[in-house]
Amino acid sequence: MTVLKTVNLVKIYQNNHVPVPAVRGVDLQVDEGEFVAIMGPSGSGKSTLVHMLGGLDSRTSGEIWLDGKRADTLSESAWALLRREKIGFVFQFFNLVASMTVADNVELPALLAGASPKEARERREYLLDALGLTERVEAAPAQLSGGEQQRVALARALSNKPSLLLADEPTGNLDSRNTRDVLRLLNEVHREGQTIVLVTHDARVASLADRVVSLLDGQIVDDGKIVRRRPGRGGAGEVIDLR
Amino acid sequence: MHSANLNVNGYVRNERVTRRWGVRLHLLALLAKEPAHGYELKQALEQTFGTAYPSPNIGQIYVTLGRLEKDGLVRAVDVEQSNRPNKKVYYLTAKGRDVLTDWVDEPTEGPRVRDEFFMKLVLAPLTGIADRMALINRQRRHYLALMRDLNELAERTDPGNQVALLLIEGAMLHLQADLDWLERCQEDLT
Repeated sequence: MTVLKTVNLVKIYQNNHVPVPAVRGVDLQVDEGEFVAIMGPSGSGKSTLVHMLGGLDSRTSGEIWLDGKRADTLSESAWALLRREKIGFVFQFFNLVASMTVADNVELPALLAGASPKEARERREYLLDALGLTERVEAAPAQLSGGEQQRVALARALSNKPSLLLADEPTGNLDSRNTRDVLRLLNEVHREGQTIVLVTHDARVASLADRVVSLLDGQIVDDGKIVRRRPGRGGAGEVIDLR
Repeated sequence: MHSANLNVNGYVRNERVTRRWGVRLHLLALLAKEPAHGYELKQALEQTFGTAYPSPNIGQIYVTLGRLEKDGLVRAVDVEQSNRPNKKVYYLTAKGRDVLTDWVDEPTEGPRVRDEFFMKLVLAPLTGIADRMALINRQRRHYLALMRDLNELAERTDPGNQVALLLIEGAMLHLQADLDWLERCQEDLT
């Protein structure tokens, strides 16, 4: 089943009445359970694209379909409702609500999507446990390390059981150890069937994806599967050419 | 081998020679700690680097020791064993220690740009076989597949083996740089 589809999607910004095209006719289709990484140089339109997919930025022309429903023609409030139901979003800088505890940050999207308080709590408990954050539930975001904040952001994005998880440079702000935690988690939810579309320049993240889409100047220049090179066995000697 | 070829300053600037010299210097370093026979050297390499080191086989080690001996960098003494043939124990000579000291003291050349791919990329439009965009896209997929291998390797590696994990992380960082550079080529050459 197709979770996400775009048809000739275009975004043109106006800069002092000068049109600046950021996304120039993107056709993208993502099937249920697929993990798609979007790569490309800065300014290639990848962040704009993923923001449009999440309804955080309006499109100039073209179509966005989510779970078989046309999304781009919805009113802003209807879009917001659809988003609460169907989309989880992870940002580079976490964007947690500073005045709320970890627990409340994670429960909020579930509540907004219409879950009962009991359901929201159970979902939160499950996610934070899976992320090894159970002991941090009462903490404020400012008391957490960067890696912990990103894991909370991931839990929050998953709390409304979204059809689609969108992420914009989810490891952009993390050291290598924290990146490893986030990688492990993305791998795990992907294995459990979560559909993921993620923008990244980090090859470690991209290499987990089933498919990599490369953007250049607002257009797709490559779209293909990452082919497995060899069965995973043996030591580093077969991968690393030590000189 | 002529003594001129033993000049470490000369060889670090020449990749082909470095590759030929690699294992010799590792063995010299191990022998600087204590005299050892071939099999002990093989074990020491394996223990130090774990899965991260593409360990040479025992035959290669003996061949290398033979060359070092011929060049006067190590010397071998026969040690008698009861009920078994004599074994050769190798130790470092003063000359060997000089070569080793030069190696350790000399800054190591950084990795080079992937010349072969870059040549392909620059010359591709002349060949009519593939355009630059296609070459870059294919190369990117190849690097990502390599990165996936490294990810899986890191998962399989004993978390206590710091040397192996650092080597893998180094390989990942190099690969990331290759990908970033590929992106620059795509921006400017296509």
